[in-house]
Amino acid sequence: MKNIDSKGHVTGKSIYLDDIPTIQGTLFGVIFDSPVAHGHIESIDYSKALALPGIQTILTSKEIPGENQIGGIFPDEELFAEEDVHFQGQPIALILAESEHIAFQARKLIEIKITEKEAIVDPREARKKNQLIFPPRTFSLGNTDSAWSQCAHIFEGQADTNGQEHLYIEMQGAYASPLENGNIRVSSSTQGPTAVQRTIAKVLGMGMHKIEVDVVRLGGGFGGKEDQATPWAVMAALGAHVLKKPVKVVLHRMDDMRMTGKRHPYSSDYKIGLHEDLKILAYEVIFHQNAGAAADLSPAVMERTLFHSTNSYFVPNVKATAYSCKTNLPPNTAFRGFGGPQGMFVIEAALVHAANELGISAHELQKKNLLQDGDEFPYGQIAADVGLTQIWSDMEAKFDIKGAEKRVSDFNSKNSDKKKGFSLQPIAFGISFTKTPMNQARALVHIYSDGSVGVSTGAVEMGQGVNTKMLQIAADMFSIDPSKVRLESTNTTRVANTSPTAASATADLNGKALQNACYALLTRLKKSAADHFGSAASDIQFKDEQVINSGKATDMTWNQLIDQAFLERVCLTENGHYATPIINFDKEKEKGHPFAYHVYGLALTEVTVDCIRGTYEFDSVKIVHDFGESMNLPVDIGQIEGGLVQGIGWMTMEELDYDKKGKLRSNSLSTYKIPDIYSVPKEVLIEALETEGAEQAILKSKAVGEPPLMYGLGAYFAIQNAVRAFNPDAQQTFDAPFTHEKVLMGLYQI
Amino acid sequence: MVEFILNNERINSNKPTGSLLLDFVRHDKALTGTKIGCREGDCGACTVLIGELIDDQMKYQQVTSCLTPISNVHGKHVVTVEGLNMEDLSPVQKYMVDEAGTQCGFCTVGFVVSLTGFCLANSAPTYEGAIAAINGNICRCTGYKSIERAAKHVTNSLANKDTNETVNWLAEHKFIPAYFDDIRSLLEEIEPAHIIQGTGELVGGGTDVYVQKPDELIVKNVGTIASDPGLRFIEIENGTCILGGGTTVSDLLESEALRQLFPRLSEHIILVSSSLIRNISTLAGNFVNASPIGDFSAFFLALNAKITLTENKQSRSILLKDFYKGYKDLDKSDGEIITSISFEVPTNDSHFNLEKVSKRTHLDIASVNTAIQISVVDNAIASAHISAGGIGPIPTYLRTTGEFLEGKEISTENIKVANEILQLEISPISDVRGTADYKRLLLRQLFFAHFIKLFPDQITLESLQ
Ligand SMILES: Cc1cc2nc3c(=O)[nH]c(=O)nc-3n(C[C@H](O)[C@H](O)[C@H](O)COP(=O)(O)OP(=O)(O)OC[C@H]3O[C@@H](n4cnc5c(N)ncnc54)[C@H](O)[C@@H]3O)c2cc1C
Ligand code: FES
Ligand code: FES
Repeated sequence: MKNIDSKGHVTGKSIYLDDIPTIQGTLFGVIFDSPVAHGHIESIDYSKALALPGIQTILTSKEIPGENQIGGIFPDEELFAEEDVHFQGQPIALILAESEHIAFQARKLIEIKITEKEAIVDPREARKKNQLIFPPRTFSLGNTDSAWSQCAHIFEGQADTNGQEHLYIEMQGAYASPLENGNIRVSSSTQGPTAVQRTIAKVLGMGMHKIEVDVVRLGGGFGGKEDQATPWAVMAALGAHVLKKPVKVVLHRMDDMRMTGKRHPYSSDYKIGLHEDLKILAYEVIFHQNAGAAADLSPAVMERTLFHSTNSYFVPNVKATAYSCKTNLPPNTAFRGFGGPQGMFVIEAALVHAANELGISAHELQKKNLLQDGDEFPYGQIAADVGLTQIWSDMEAKFDIKGAEKRVSDFNSKNSDKKKGFSLQPIAFGISFTKTPMNQARALVHIYSDGSVGVSTGAVEMGQGVNTKMLQIAADMFSIDPSKVRLESTNTTRVANTSPTAASATADLNGKALQNACYALLTRLKKSAADHFGSAASDIQFKDEQVINSGKATDMTWNQLIDQAFLERVCLTENGHYATPIINFDKEKEKGHPFAYHVYGLALTEVTVDCIRGTYEFDSVKIVHDFGESMNLPVDIGQIEGGLVQGIGWMTMEELDYDKKGKLRSNSLSTYKIPDIYSVPKEVLIEALETEGAEQAILKSKAVGEPPLMYGLGAYFAIQNAVRAFNPDAQQTFDAPFTHEKVLMGLYQI
Repeated sequence: MVEFILNNERINSNKPTGSLLLDFVRHDKALTGTKIGCREGDCGACTVLIGELIDDQMKYQQVTSCLTPISNVHGKHVVTVEGLNMEDLSPVQKYMVDEAGTQCGFCTVGFVVSLTGFCLANSAPTYEGAIAAINGNICRCTGYKSIERAAKHVTNSLANKDTNETVNWLAEHKFIPAYFDDIRSLLEEIEPAHIIQGTGELVGGGTDVYVQKPDELIVKNVGTIASDPGLRFIEIENGTCILGGGTTVSDLLESEALRQLFPRLSEHIILVSSSLIRNISTLAGNFVNASPIGDFSAFFLALNAKITLTENKQSRSILLKDFYKGYKDLDKSDGEIITSISFEVPTNDSHFNLEKVSKRTHLDIASVNTAIQISVVDNAIASAHISAGGIGPIPTYLRTTGEFLEGKEISTENIKVANEILQLEISPISDVRGTADYKRLLLRQLFFAHFIKLFPDQITLESLQ
């Protein structure tokens, strides 16, 4: 089935937050934010701004009736800075005006005096100064201390990855309207409606029941709207609460880029030890996560870095330690992969380092150490149904790894202006929220008396096709035409206490909740039909809107049955609930079984580097991916292609640039570049691993949102491979992204 | 007053002529299919089509409405996605759906409109052309492969397009609604506009000024040249090529005469901005914006071009290299308008090349760019004009380097020495587009690239190592 939104999208009829018709009297909000990354506010003069015709008011922390606090995991982030500012772009006040234009004019008239303090932008410096968001954590397996002596080869080094701007094309925004009795309705472009609701209630000092949050769809999220859609929604709600008028806050691009957090930059140290037979014996790693100025989701992101520190390899002795370092950048946040890619990059770097020193191909080392069934992850879970060996041999069979290697070396021996490079990138990504209580969901299903169906879940549609999958589930289970099913907006009054749409697990969790709701309804309907035919409920089935009794078609249609059931006063509404079984994690011991299952895959990347100019083009990326049994292949392929390209962007051209004072230099689309249509690999081929699928996955169709991003890591190592073909003296550094600048400097390094 | 046709509706607007087309369609007309992604021309979410009657034929181009003042659409046909919708999906829309070319959908309208612009081009369809049409549209979700597949189908479906009667053919085959057939006669009824002098600033395509100071301009009446056909011409006369002051980058690319003079023209121009921007941005705007990394400044400096400046019917001509006095400091009074650009037609023994490297190869501002026009007679360099950008406060004419090369042979040794001279002529600084060291190295490489590309038999990368 095609994405159910696609017709709306191609005709421009799909409604996004900024397209909601404006209610008369709406005020437009623009945020006044800190011009410096760290400092003490001495004074702010709003008088000139307030005098501008068309300005309604300027809201600061003084107008907050509840708590001036929006921190999700820890209460460490003010909605509006009161005394000190901790990052450039930190909100200080909300200007409300009759038009956005006037509010922007007013912003220029605000005079602020700040005593600047020293800004920290480097996580290692923060660690040195003991500026940590929370205490460090260590995952360990075996004993690395005693393992080193058995290693034939030991390599140590540093591996860094820069951050990444989400660059959802739809910017952050919210629209709040006052309702009667002091209630507020908020439309928000958020992945986490409940987080928005909870935080508004806290800031306004009222119960969650007074706040309704509604989400139709997002024009992209990628994690950037998991926690960080909240501040703007809270501001809009505050405005609506104080002024009793509708308030819309939609960020402009540069404000969005300056004020919001990004993928966490990491700076890490590794030490890897290999046995003579090239098996990894020991691996130690220290991660320095650049958390920014407040916790946001950093603790959870850091945890996932630790979970994925050994990627798809088995290592018997591991010690992985992570520090969440507090700096003066905007609080960094969720981004597709959620810390996992940063963890994986380091062990990949360590393996490439080892392979180069040993004069062998990195893929030999990778293959030798692939995870097998029964291996233990550093966090105690035992690997099961590991597809990696099969995936590797599928790759060899279908895409000819040896052939690629030969093609590259032949090309390189014949060409001096251009060099090719290639890499293999295996992935193993755990599915579930690592915080066990978040692995629950609900779905509300109404069968209307005419036989049509309304479905509400906690899932937010942001392009990943979750609504399409939900619709497929309901239509399949009832065996009715998909046009009879409507996916409702995600709304806190219909589905409450939701987890954010994140962790790739949304279709699994909400889909299973939806299945439970449909089961319950089917049970009641079967009984009604059985009573009618004088048979047993177990004899009843539904097929193509027809009731089947004991395997034979009857003349009763779905619509007739619903009509009958309604007259019999059967309840045609059901709320399904689902909580993932098995999973657990003990933070004291740092052991458990945190993931319902893992997704596996392998990518083969080939690149050509122009050695005159230091530029590059990707010839191809070939992927063997473990979909389980995909329930919607076009949607899932789209996730792979999109995730791959986003990962390549992070590894190549996307260069987040903060200056030494914590000021964002890459602050617009003209200075922060994401892949355009010419920069994607010329060829992307995707093969599905043949597997039975995973029981814990919805319809055995494995989660697909995040894992493919990590195929993009291969881009870095492929480029490095090509650069070294031209200049074997190029110093081996692991410092993503591999920009054109780094390539040229590497090619001509002496 | 600005008059134009929006989809199939006639518009007379008294809004400030500097107000933006994007705001007009989204707010004044509540046509919310057109999206806002950046307001600086870099994403394509706001793409609309602009159709003009030129030489008795409708010519449609896709442009960014976020940088287009309404003054620039006077007498033209503006088409938003709402103006493309029919009862059934158009082939463009259908293939985007079939190939899953849309995920979150926020970029999608832009792609649909740009691809429709491709269909509307009065030229034979090619797949490269289809991709070029959407090269200013950014998608963060799909990774573009599905959109490429859709573009392939669209190209194939146009195989029998009648390029003499494009609009007719497309309407007949349900690529566009039938009302398109009537647009031409409606446009004929609108009085054309000549330089509408506003109280405000003069705007060419708006692709620079509306990035710099939109807040100032949207409330003003601006002067516009985009609607003045008298300023859009390309002529070759007596060995001189003259371009009107309103010539856009796309006009340059589409000129048969210029393509003959510069066989690699399309290779060069594909490196500059995107189709959406090229369709409106002017050469004169590039010169006057005086960015040290303006690509056409580099291009025309190497042609040793002249510009003609006019104010109150008084004209004067100066060499472009004398136009730049210092950072954003020009030999130009506020009221002067560039009315034409001219250069001597290159001789048969002259060679031209443009090089540019940026963080992203396309739709990005250069880290460093450079152009060269070199004429070689009997293996001796008769003249060499070399320019470079990104390595100093202004687009730089590398006078000393050029002078050194004159009279010399094309040889590895001379090129290496020339590079040493060149390095003394530049003063790059570190910024978001690269460190100073990188820019020096990059210019060396691009300078070498000129010779490797133009004289492959004599100069190779290996020999220059
Ligand atoms: C997304 C994007 C990508 C870009 N990429 C590139 C790129 O790759 N390379 C590059 O070089 N540039 C690039 N630019 C910058 C810009 O497109 C060019 O500088 C363009 O040529 C400017 O032309 P314009 O007509 O749009 O100028 P405008 O913005 O209309 O005007 C710029 C200045 O020139 C003045 N002016 C315009 N016409 C005349 C005239 N005839 N006489 C006197 N003064 C005049 C205006 O008053 C104004 O001060 C990009 C811009 C955008 C938005
Ligand atoms: S809004 Fe991004 S190009 Fe116009
Ligand atoms: S589909 Fe989301 S940006 Fe293109």
